[in-house]
Amino acid sequence: MAMLESAGNASPSSENLARHTKVLPADNVNGYRSFEAGSFQFKRDEYFARITWPGGSHVIPVDYFLRALMRDIAWGFFYGTVNFDGVFGTTNHYGEVTMFAGLYNDAFRAAGRDFSERFPSDVLMPLFKTMIGDWTNEGYDPFAAPMETGGPWGRKHGANDEAVERARVTATRMVGLPGDTPVRTDANGFPVNRMFADVPQDAPVIEVEPGFENEVSAFNLFAYLSRSDVTWNPSVCSVVGDSLFCPTSEEFILPVDHGNDRCEWFVVLTDEIVWDVKDKASGKNRARVIMKAGDVSCMPADIRHTGYADKRAMLLVWENASSKIPEMIQKGEAPVVSVQF
Amino acid sequence: MTNYQTRFGSLQDFDKGRVEIVDDDPKNYVFSNVFDVASSSAPYERVAVAKNFEYVIEAARAEGTSGWYAADHDEFVLCMDGEIEVHLVKLDKAAVEPGTQGATPLADMPQGRKMGRLVLRRGHMGLLPRGAAYRFHANQPGAMMIQTIEGLVTVQKWAEICQTAA
Ligand SMILES: [Fe+2]
Repeated sequence: MAMLESAGNASPSSENLARHTKVLPADNVNGYRSFEAGSFQFKRDEYFARITWPGGSHVIPVDYFLRALMRDIAWGFFYGTVNFDGVFGTTNHYGEVTMFAGLYNDAFRAAGRDFSERFPSDVLMPLFKTMIGDWTNEGYDPFAAPMETGGPWGRKHGANDEAVERARVTATRMVGLPGDTPVRTDANGFPVNRMFADVPQDAPVIEVEPGFENEVSAFNLFAYLSRSDVTWNPSVCSVVGDSLFCPTSEEFILPVDHGNDRCEWFVVLTDEIVWDVKDKASGKNRARVIMKAGDVSCMPADIRHTGYADKRAMLLVWENASSKIPEMIQKGEAPVVSVQF
Repeated sequence: MTNYQTRFGSLQDFDKGRVEIVDDDPKNYVFSNVFDVASSSAPYERVAVAKNFEYVIEAARAEGTSGWYAADHDEFVLCMDGEIEVHLVKLDKAAVEPGTQGATPLADMPQGRKMGRLVLRRGHMGLLPRGAAYRFHANQPGAMMIQTIEGLVTVQKWAEICQTAA
């Protein structure tokens, strides 16, 4: 809980928001623009993203940085905290967002060297989008597994706007219903992924009496996931109130350490995913969770986690989107684990 | 081109992972397996395997014909193994009080118009729409998950299904 309070204390008053952003001219040598957000500065060169703030600086390999930035953008700052690594990241306050360095790092905190600023989300998001557009070269897709895309390295050459401007898929009731998110096919640009070539593509039998076309409905979720062109990007497929089934396909490494502000559940649908779980505030290791097809596990609300999948795997991420939860957990009105037994 | 084999689970063949503890209580991860639960449950016993406030995911063994259910909200069924039929009937009048959470078992064959039928195999997801009655049928044992709200039919036996020791 301490970490939620400290995140809140980063800028206790919402009136005290940072609103400054600036896009600087392209560098004469490497061709990349630099960016300012509040007191933070961002530069990239051939291999690295370099971040500075009053009293400190940090370097992240640019492939790590772009993959993390891509998720932070696509997820709208997501639930809770998106740690790009052990130092830098963002915490979502749903309308406002804290950008931090060292806020969830024991050494920075103990030394009083952490720094954070809180922004209106609609101020920071456009800057992040401009940054990923400028820093992504032709042939590189930060959503893709590394074996399926080119490298992000070198001086600026071209762009890949089509990849970085993909919209996150959010069904309102269920994929495949009339007027809702369509199923994926070869024809609409979603071929089966090479690692899911053996996934059956059969459709369910649907016998509908006249007049019930909007209610008698089913689709092949595994086929849908076998055709995902992105990794580690949960998208809503079915909705019961605030209960969102957000399945996704996973290969290589979840490029962020996700710090939960509520419980989040995982069901591995195929293959194997290993999670590294650390304390949300300190970053100390707490557990490794090894999940195989059919395994179900809760991620407590006071942890951060990243994940690893060698063979591309299907994962059901299950979220409770209720806006009341973070505050309830922060106030101690809800436990950090959903089930006590 | 290299061939990859996708590893699905089934009632007959599943391999359960585990929580390896560094410094924590394994119970915090509420770790179970859908096929394990379906293997050891009665047909259509709807066992919660995940819960987040009022919402649950139930795991069930499909075998033979279930009773009829209705809910005042949508539910979704995901077939994880086998072949599961879903029969849907539009209720002439509501069978559950408005605002009731979770599925309610119906005592009798529901009165209403036939809406249709789904046949779901592994990986298929079907809508169990609000205002409908539904039942399941499986000739061979299968396994399914249901996205719903905790209700009358939800069985909670966490200590039996979850990893408790490091
Ligand atoms: Fe997460």
